[in-house]
Amino acid sequence: MKTVKIRPLLRGLTAALALAPMLAHAEWGNLNLTRGVTPYSETVYELHMLILWVCIITGTGVFAAIFYSIIKFRKSKGAVAAQWHENTLVEFLWTAVPAIILVVMAVPATKALIMMEDVSKSEMTIKVTGLQWRWRYDYVNQDVFFYSGLANTSNAARQLNSGIDPRTVENYLLEVDRELVLPVGRKIRFLTTASDVIHSWWVPALGWKRDAIPGYINESWALIKEPGVYRGQCTELCGKDHGFMPIVVRALPEADYLVWLDQQKAAQKPKTAALDPGNQSLATTR
Amino acid sequence: MSDAMAHDDAHHGYRPGGMKRWLTTTNHKDIGTLYLVFSLVMFFIGGAMAMIIRLELFQPGLQFIDPQFYNSMTTMHALIMIFGAVMPAWTGFANWLVPMMIGAPDMALPRLNNWSFWILPFAFTLLLSTLFMPGGAPAGGWTMYPPLVLQTGDAFPFLIFAVHLMGASSIAGAINIIATVFNLRAPGMTLMKLPLFVWTWIITAFLLIAAMPVLAGAVTMLLTDKFFGTSFFSAAGGGDPVMFQHIFWFFGHPEVYILILPAFGIASAIIPTFARKPLFGYSSMVYASASIAFLSFIVWAHHMFTVGMPLAGELFFMYATVLIAIPTGVKVFNWVATMWQGSMTFETPMLFAIAFVVLFTIGGFSGLMLGVTPVDFQYHDTYFVVAHFHYVLVTGSVFAIIAGTYFWLPKWTGHMYDESLGKLHFWLSTISVNVLFFPQHFLGLAGMPRRIPDYAVQFADWNMVSSIGGFVFGASQLLFVIGIIKCARGGVKATAQVWDGAHGLEWTLPSPPPFHSFSVPPDPATIEGGMR
Repeated sequence: MKTVKIRPLLRGLTAALALAPMLAHAEWGNLNLTRGVTPYSETVYELHMLILWVCIITGTGVFAAIFYSIIKFRKSKGAVAAQWHENTLVEFLWTAVPAIILVVMAVPATKALIMMEDVSKSEMTIKVTGLQWRWRYDYVNQDVFFYSGLANTSNAARQLNSGIDPRTVENYLLEVDRELVLPVGRKIRFLTTASDVIHSWWVPALGWKRDAIPGYINESWALIKEPGVYRGQCTELCGKDHGFMPIVVRALPEADYLVWLDQQKAAQKPKTAALDPGNQSLATTR
Repeated sequence: MSDAMAHDDAHHGYRPGGMKRWLTTTNHKDIGTLYLVFSLVMFFIGGAMAMIIRLELFQPGLQFIDPQFYNSMTTMHALIMIFGAVMPAWTGFANWLVPMMIGAPDMALPRLNNWSFWILPFAFTLLLSTLFMPGGAPAGGWTMYPPLVLQTGDAFPFLIFAVHLMGASSIAGAINIIATVFNLRAPGMTLMKLPLFVWTWIITAFLLIAAMPVLAGAVTMLLTDKFFGTSFFSAAGGGDPVMFQHIFWFFGHPEVYILILPAFGIASAIIPTFARKPLFGYSSMVYASASIAFLSFIVWAHHMFTVGMPLAGELFFMYATVLIAIPTGVKVFNWVATMWQGSMTFETPMLFAIAFVVLFTIGGFSGLMLGVTPVDFQYHDTYFVVAHFHYVLVTGSVFAIIAGTYFWLPKWTGHMYDESLGKLHFWLSTISVNVLFFPQHFLGLAGMPRRIPDYAVQFADWNMVSSIGGFVFGASQLLFVIGIIKCARGGVKATAQVWDGAHGLEWTLPSPPPFHSFSVPPDPATIEGGMR
């Protein structure tokens, strides 16, 4: 299951398909799922590669049989049709063998799912609320919250016939006015909900997406291992500007995060209580 | 037999010409033709919408349409292709073929047959008229999830009633097929002798009868939520937005097998014909189809793994979903085994049927991957899903519809189609459809969500490739229309047998067949002897 080997193969395929002269700066290599930066995203990546290889190997076998038949058993080459149309052993085997493969695949899949659904022992909680068309982030029990929407540079460029080339805009459609700042190395519990229609919060590097549904509070978790900026988007159709509500997570080392958090608290202290009773009640129920 | 036919026709002397013939017809072949022509028209209307989508996605930035209209295009494209193109095409095939395949004179309920077709133009007039309404056409996705769908403008009730009409039409069609197969089979035509197309259609018909009323119920609840103050799906009123998704997909998953099962039947008719070898594993094909149909009712929540179900629910739906790979695998292996040691020729229907097997299998693999819950948390609602369902619906269902059309067109019209035009259509379609959809796997894995009118620039290259594939695929389908029109107007006369390897009662009738297919039952010895 070496993942390295597929790259040259896919690159070769891309080269064959490529309309190369048109696209010099291309991102052709961007073909596969990200490995991500959390224990869960890495598990998912390994599982993805396992299933992909099962599919590629099975597919190669099936397609090889088809193309062999096409070449070998053609009337123009004088092939005479056999008349057999049943074989109990073969039919048993191609029912039983896939069943065994599926059971073998189900084991790591079940483990991964149990891992994902275990939000216990989390060290902090972020409440994510989707609304048309931005996100609100509440640092539960910290009296910090803010809204996060599409950055102005992207917003100007994405208007119909704006005349601005998206390629000149940094992180076009993947930049926000305020980033979600998180610490690395802590198990963070996310609570997702929505205030109008259904949205879905997805940062591929964290390894999952979770729907934000009005009336529901969904739980999920992430433990970010490396500092960095991780980008994502809303992934549930939520109306006109569904394509324009990005997510940016900035993961900081613990110390830097605490400094940042103190700054936010200082800035928000006077207004938090008045503006956000919802956050208070959530804090007391915890 | 000709005596019997003349006698029969004397009783049915009233045969108006022109428009009146088509409005009042109760003949299964006329109605089949109506369904198929309607389906072709809808295929091009839905296709035009796809062209608009691919044009906007050709490069990053918004150049042609605004995001709201883009959402209308994806929503309408899906509704029209599913309910207007693929489902009516299958009913059209069933109308033309089921009576001929089972040795019956016509469908069991001919007046209902007329009615079930003529509902459709009204349903789609209602739906298409919303394009010109204040607030625009429905833009909440074909899945109509509340609360978003409740933000639809004046189009909302038109959407709901259009869906009701489409459902009524399909249910009527399904009842008719069940009544026909269970009552009008010729003597000697036992259930386990039925051609697989008839078998897959019976199973499809039961799925339709079970699933369509569920959809009708779901959209009716949407209607009362919007206009009559109920709160079925509104959390603020004590309702549950996720309940809609459960109800919708309880319809929606059987629906995807409604779209693909008849395709399995068509592949099972074409491949043995051109391999000149009996279908491998006939009875396992029947059992596999029935298993798929059964499983289709217990896997619905795999469309909504990300809504936050309990662990036990996620595990159940994952296990049930990946189980479908087993009967589906059996079918694919059976088709391959049918080709093995055959004596194959590669006329257009066979080319499309082989492409169907290969490309549908690719769609099956991505389906298996999507069924595995933990990784679906990454794939869900990305272009990986778009690639998956277009592989099973375009290179699956639509390719089977095209294959079936070329296969039976000589029987229907009495003329051979233009083989070189058909081959050109095949090669252009097959190459371009892969240029169109294969890169969408890459886009999805790289992180591009579906249903967005504009995208980050790292997705630009593959989107451009996909759009080019889309334009070529769209244009290639004009060759299909030209081929059909040429064939309907004339050409080399087709024999009754048409294909030297064909088996089945329809090939014992002249091409084109008489007005009433079998006025006297076929000889049981013919059925016993392999139907040729």
